[in-house]
Amino acid sequence: MANNYYDPADLKKFGKITEWSEELGNKFFDYYGKVFEEGALTAREKSLIALAVSHTEQCPYCIEAYTKDSLQRGVTKEQMMEAIHVGAAIKSGATLVHGTMMMNKVNKLEM
Amino acid sequence: MAKLKQQSLQKRDNELASANRQLEILSNGIFKNGELPTFAKKIKETNEFPLRPKKLEILQINLGYMCNQVCEHCHVDAGPDRKEIMTWKTMQRCLEVIKNTDAHTLDLTGGAPEMNPNFRRFVEQASKAGIQDFIVRSNLTILRANKKYHDLPEFFKKHRVHVVSSMPHWTRGKTDKQRGEGVFDMSITALKELNAVGYGMPGSDLKLDLVYNPNGAYLPGDQVSMEKEFKSALLADFNIQFHNLFAITNLPISRFLDYLIASENYEDYMYQLVEAYNPAAVKNVMCTNTISISWDGWLYDCDFNQMLGLKVASKVTHINQYNETILNDRDIVISQHCYGCTAGAGSSCQGTVTA
Repeated sequence: MANNYYDPADLKKFGKITEWSEELGNKFFDYYGKVFEEGALTAREKSLIALAVSHTEQCPYCIEAYTKDSLQRGVTKEQMMEAIHVGAAIKSGATLVHGTMMMNKVNKLEM
Repeated sequence: MAKLKQQSLQKRDNELASANRQLEILSNGIFKNGELPTFAKKIKETNEFPLRPKKLEILQINLGYMCNQVCEHCHVDAGPDRKEIMTWKTMQRCLEVIKNTDAHTLDLTGGAPEMNPNFRRFVEQASKAGIQDFIVRSNLTILRANKKYHDLPEFFKKHRVHVVSSMPHWTRGKTDKQRGEGVFDMSITALKELNAVGYGMPGSDLKLDLVYNPNGAYLPGDQVSMEKEFKSALLADFNIQFHNLFAITNLPISRFLDYLIASENYEDYMYQLVEAYNPAAVKNVMCTNTISISWDGWLYDCDFNQMLGLKVASKVTHINQYNETILNDRDIVISQHCYGCTAGAGSSCQGTVTA
């Protein structure tokens, strides 16, 4: 066992997930592959969405994979950073919007 | 550091200027310890070993390694300090071959082929051979480098040359990073001049294609999608048009290999190439339909083998003994760099090799 929770080499082993549950693993990878195909959104747009979500999910494997994927699709670093800010804005907005719950509760409880 | 990049590996006495050293690196480490399969082992799995030529379609002639640019990824290690230039005598021998070849495409490359002092004389003669597709690979900036090159768009037009030009990105930052400060602006001007004489315009038979290769240790994206992005960005930002985009994978040799090692990306990059191995691409790799001729007349399976000093495995190894029948009966020389041409949709000087 490695001394770290995250090991970059583990990303290459992702496909082996199927070994311990072939049917579910294969269903996941089929679905995953289909999601990223060119559709109403281009593969490039999907890659940028994935990059932003990788950051909000704080998944190191995903960040590595979709940074490379974005570069392969000709995405510029400025576009990548803007996408991450979209993720960051939603993440902080999602925190802040819960403040309305707090305000509601305070208003209900206080005389 | 920045100053060093103005010079070729050869000028810098870098160990990677040696083809043998490059081949040693490509055969040792992860390939020697079995972590990754050698290219020979990989193609044996799909019964493609030994690789054999099909019908000869492309004669690619390297007119010399001299270039006005020193691009970071260059597999030729070209630059202003390289003095290897094809002589008129060798060109004359090439012209005899061009007249009699079965190949339908003639592909002139370098360096900057335009810097060869006999370039125009050679193009004039070669264009008379009636070859179907006559390509000159132009780095674009050469068209603006000196007044003596300013009329090249007209010259190309006169001889119905098919221009294939490098353009790593539609943004200044990415282009200049790979090819040098100011390259983007000069390339844009050169493209506008090619457009002005009719090159690259919709419906024009003056063909202008662009070559895209990644700016670092990753593989090119889908060629069709990249072409769409390039077309819409160059048209919107600069009113520039072109015909096709060729997405080419950087092969791990010469200056790109130097970059991979220095940036500690070598092993990851080789993993990427091996993981993206596509048996369908092997069937159409360019070494199966191309002969590459060096500035000094030696024959190779491709331009990359030329740079690695891997001559054709044939009785005929030099243009002075040129014989297509004998040449076509040979095994193609391979090493681990060949993974670059079989990754994903495949890669060749004409872009991807699978539909």
